[in-house]
Amino acid sequence: MAAAVEARRHNLDVMVIDEQATPGGQIWRSVEMTRRRDEVLGPTYSEGRNAAELFRACGANYRPNAQIWQLEPGFRALFTSEGQVGMVEASKLLLATGAQERPAPFPGWTLPGVLTVGAAQILLKNAGEIPADPVWIAGSGPLPLLYAVQLLRAGGQIAGYLDTTPKARWREALVHLPAALKAPGDLLKGLGWTSMLRRRVRVIRDVCSIEAVGEHRITKLRYRSGSGPEVAVPAGLLLVHEGVVPSIHPALSMDCTLKWSAAQDCFVPVLDAWGESSVDGLFIAGDGAGIAGARAAQCRGTLAGIRAASKLGRLDSTSAERVAVPSRRRLARELAIRPFLDALFRPRAEVYAPADRTVICRCEEVTAGAIRAAASVGRPGPNQVKAATRAGMGPCQGRQCGYTVTRILAAMQDRSPEDVGFFHIRPPLKPVTLGELATGIGCATDDRQEGEFRSNDSHVIE
Amino acid sequence: MFRKLHESDRGPVTIEIDGEIVPAEPGESVAAVIMRASAPWARLTPNTGSKRAPYCMMGVCFDCLAEVDGQSSVQTCLVSVRPGMRISRQAGKRRI
Repeated sequence: MAAAVEARRHNLDVMVIDEQATPGGQIWRSVEMTRRRDEVLGPTYSEGRNAAELFRACGANYRPNAQIWQLEPGFRALFTSEGQVGMVEASKLLLATGAQERPAPFPGWTLPGVLTVGAAQILLKNAGEIPADPVWIAGSGPLPLLYAVQLLRAGGQIAGYLDTTPKARWREALVHLPAALKAPGDLLKGLGWTSMLRRRVRVIRDVCSIEAVGEHRITKLRYRSGSGPEVAVPAGLLLVHEGVVPSIHPALSMDCTLKWSAAQDCFVPVLDAWGESSVDGLFIAGDGAGIAGARAAQCRGTLAGIRAASKLGRLDSTSAERVAVPSRRRLARELAIRPFLDALFRPRAEVYAPADRTVICRCEEVTAGAIRAAASVGRPGPNQVKAATRAGMGPCQGRQCGYTVTRILAAMQDRSPEDVGFFHIRPPLKPVTLGELATGIGCATDDRQEGEFRSNDSHVIE
Repeated sequence: MFRKLHESDRGPVTIEIDGEIVPAEPGESVAAVIMRASAPWARLTPNTGSKRAPYCMMGVCFDCLAEVDGQSSVQTCLVSVRPGMRISRQAGKRRI
């Protein structure tokens, strides 16, 4: 949204293709819809309404409810919207595809009644919906703390909070505390959430393993804390979360260079100070550029918008540098707390070493044991394992199993995750039917000449 | 499994999930309505026939796939409700 607003400020022709029905991304999801949830969701959420208003008024061609399934160099994007195929060409491309929750497989994680914490928060934002009965929350990171507080404010009940942050993380995070103190507001907010939780909810610390048990839905939860015995409790709903990782599928499909971030335990695109990737004219902003939150996303979007305008000759490089100063300053402030948060909430080792019986590919129902069996023949990479087991071949295209396959191979072959790499990502990025494809016949030739598909200076995907 | 905090402020509508009439609010996703239904699940997997329900709610897990107004394999977390929509839970692969 920020990139579109900035690009429009310099009179670029902008199209924004959004998978969702309304602007806001994940953090400000459904922010335009209702003010009745403001008190529950808090001020950081409602400040997104202003951003959405600016975006609506900026004059970009906004295409909600549209799914991109192919990106091509140069650039061309093919998408589906309301059953019809669309195509757009643009000289600059910005990927603002955000983040997804880190897949953290454990036995029973595919059972109905097990959701991510992010999913529950989306239900609250989009539908004003909370768990009907006391809910178990298991995980680590700012999001489960924030959701727990929002749920209590909304009158919901928490059966128990299983904190999976390893004990040692506090010590590891301390060295980054001085830098984090530059953003005391965020630290205080976090402390406030923790103390509210401690007062009102049963918190079990240092939880190292969880298991959901049930036949057609979760009925029981098993967990182990530290070196203690396994505990079993009745549970009808379990929310899990082990941090977030950038959505890298579109960037991978365009062959952007990615590197391994040891601090955030994931791949991140290699970007310059404007957010431009290794592919000339292709920018990445928001959490897709590395996890940093909504405010940092706005700064990065603005910077990319400035640079796109500059490259298209709308302002010279000296003016671009000058205009960029406030956003750069704000971005530095927003990033100050990250090393502390990254160290504190670094996932426990168990997340990457699921037991053999655990399903790791939700779509094709492939277990960790099957991956290990395939990996024991020769020295395969992720793509060979995919071909041998079908893990990563289902509709989600490895969004839920990619990292687990990489980490299992890395552990077995004594290599780094960076060296092992990720699945090769090909189109379609999202499923597209033959019927939808048929609506696009002639798209690339006749219609373009008739001017139905506009050529854009800049083109943004959210 | 889930419940609404308040009544719809944009006029109530209903949708049908496998014959069950369920109240819904314009703007919310179909998957959000499924989570309030008496049987809060969306599909049976093609391989083993195990039950799946919405898991990520943001379009990256594909466990909320169901048939919407006759079209199979729709990501119900990405579709907003429309009055009179008919949803069928999906058994296995998509129908062509």
